[in-house]
Amino acid sequence: MKRAERLVAIAFVVAIVAALALFVVYIRGGNAQAEGALLFLALGGVGVGMTVWATRLMPRFRDETHPRRHDEPATQQEMDAAVDDMGSGVEEIRRRRFLSRLLAGAAGALGLAALIPIRSLGSAPGSSLFTTQWTEGARLVLDDGSPVTRDTLEVGSFTTVFPEGFVGSADSQAVLIRVEPGQLQLPPDRLADAPEGLVVYSKICTHAGCPLGLYLAETHELRCPCHQSTFDVLDGAEPVYGPAPRPLPQLPIEIDADGGLRATGDFTAPVGPSFWDGP
Amino acid sequence: MIVRRLIDGVDDRLDSTSFLRRSLHKVFPDHWSFMLGELTLYSFVLLLLTGTFLSMFYVASPETTTYTGPYAPMAGRTVSLAYDSVMRISLEVRAGLVMRQTHHWSALMFMAAMVAHLVRVFFTGAFRKPREMSWLIGVTMLVSGIGAGFTGYSLPDDLLSGTGLRIIYSAVLSIPLIGTWLAYLFFGGEFPAPELLPRLFVMHVLFIPALLVGLLSAHLALVWRQTHTQFPGPGTTEETVTGTPVWPKFALKAIGLAFVTFGVLTMLGGLVQINPIWLYGPFQPYNAPSPAQPDFYAGWLEGLLRLWPNWEFHLFGHTIGELFLPAVVVPGIIFTVLAIWPFLEARAKRDTATHHYAQRPREAPVRSAFGAGGIAFFVLLMLAGSNDVLAKFLQVEVDTLNTVLKVLLFVVPVIAGVLTWRICRDLRARDERPIKTPSRVVFRRNAAGGFDEEPDPSTTDHERTSP
Repeated sequence: MKRAERLVAIAFVVAIVAALALFVVYIRGGNAQAEGALLFLALGGVGVGMTVWATRLMPRFRDETHPRRHDEPATQQEMDAAVDDMGSGVEEIRRRRFLSRLLAGAAGALGLAALIPIRSLGSAPGSSLFTTQWTEGARLVLDDGSPVTRDTLEVGSFTTVFPEGFVGSADSQAVLIRVEPGQLQLPPDRLADAPEGLVVYSKICTHAGCPLGLYLAETHELRCPCHQSTFDVLDGAEPVYGPAPRPLPQLPIEIDADGGLRATGDFTAPVGPSFWDGP
Repeated sequence: MIVRRLIDGVDDRLDSTSFLRRSLHKVFPDHWSFMLGELTLYSFVLLLLTGTFLSMFYVASPETTTYTGPYAPMAGRTVSLAYDSVMRISLEVRAGLVMRQTHHWSALMFMAAMVAHLVRVFFTGAFRKPREMSWLIGVTMLVSGIGAGFTGYSLPDDLLSGTGLRIIYSAVLSIPLIGTWLAYLFFGGEFPAPELLPRLFVMHVLFIPALLVGLLSAHLALVWRQTHTQFPGPGTTEETVTGTPVWPKFALKAIGLAFVTFGVLTMLGGLVQINPIWLYGPFQPYNAPSPAQPDFYAGWLEGLLRLWPNWEFHLFGHTIGELFLPAVVVPGIIFTVLAIWPFLEARAKRDTATHHYAQRPREAPVRSAFGAGGIAFFVLLMLAGSNDVLAKFLQVEVDTLNTVLKVLLFVVPVIAGVLTWRICRDLRARDERPIKTPSRVVFRRNAAGGFDEEPDPSTTDHERTSP
């Protein structure tokens, strides 16, 4: 047996053995690693065998040279005839101007009608991008549904909050951060909305809408894990670094008689990334 | 004989035997780099096979359920039916994990091989007339491939994929005038709408694969009709094609390569973990993983988003969102330039001739310079797309790294381009004026005191004539 022939034979035998072993592995409950290794041997064996067979054991099939084109190029006459054929067909349709215009009208009307099912694909945006589930008096709760009080957070820490009844809501998610009361540098009318250093901002980045997962307590910055937009918590969540163009909207809150936190309205601006009608 | 009867029977009905004979003798030029397109095709075949298997178990629903499967850390957690079904495929369906991971690896190989094939075609000028149509179809397949990958890795409804979706939604939202409506129509309403998963599923398993199959068929039909390019060599001309006949040599070799590709991809699928959704956890709109990187072919887009300055434009009470330029306009320009490159180049060179020879990169220094600059540009953007990981690795601040990357993004492609241009020019000059090997001679002193010159017997003919 020639060396190449022996090589092909070995490759095929490896493939047969590996494929049979695959059955055994499967019947005994399966194992991803064993399956991967055996599939490699089975498929690779077939592949190597065929490749070696083709390259080393087919001396009768040498490289051949063929012309690139089999059809004669069209003559100028044929080209002209083709143009005429196309043109006369168009002319025949155009000749009846009234009917051809009606046909164009029908096509246009059908195109218009096709917009109807496209319209069904989604609800109208309306004011949905401008509002969230936060309303006046809505209680702030954690992601397990438990209410937040003035004592839930230590100074320097943060948590994710939702309006009661809407835990997990994508557009209402907010971060509650507690800082020293004197540190906040909000405009006077917004300072009252952050009592005792408890300030709430939308958790959705104004860049691409990722949830802001990182709070750098030392510098009082919120950072987005997606594109590193960074917002200054003390300064009204103004963007201080990265691609975010706008500050995070603030949620006005108050402390009720029982020490619980409640919203006094919706966010100060639409949450999330910018859009045509947005700010 | 059965083959005889089959061929007779078909010929009786289709008069196709001369076509069949010609097809069996069709030749394909041989060069290692011509294999890259084949590799793309075979990865796609394996994607269809493994994908069909996965679709038997996948549930495209955001409805929630309580996880009760064998993965203990997830026990009792509320997850979507989609996430639950992918967990089941991974950990309970026998051979499911191999299939799923092979599918993901095949997707990466599909895109990597396609990009490598594109680069090969670009640098060898194989896109020139008459093959511009193949190029256009190829670029369309590249975009479709990115779409297939994106819709695919969103399906498991895990934390990583949900974040990616959210970014795309935001990009659509940023389009002037129609962005809001477009986002609502495509995503079914404000993100995350319940219609989204079934839509992604249908795009991923029906619409995009059907499109790809159609484009692929056209791509192959064009190669079949126009013949493959080849490098100049002994016995070749522009008007002829020289290579291995399809039957049986090329066919056996090609199928062999397909099997080797399948073998390597299934091995990766079995042995190398990819997209471990049980570690990421289910999608929650208020959580994001950190660090978060998309699959490699979307890395440059992610890099663009990370490096782009926070420019936002306001006009007449309207807003053009920050994302519009880096996520919509710039990629749009890049793909447009890529698509029309053959026509740009032909016009710049006033080249209307038909070309069947593939060029060496040195033969077109300007094109090669643009190619090298482009590669540098994309590599830097991909690095920017993982700047958080890179910063940690290099132990520098992300801000510092970003500044450096922004500068490099403008400098490195230019340097790469100029350098490539010079290297190509020098190589070409050397080809045109090869350095002659000095012919060796032996001087022998003769009786008269002079010298006789005779050729060195150790120098072979071959050495004496080679450049």
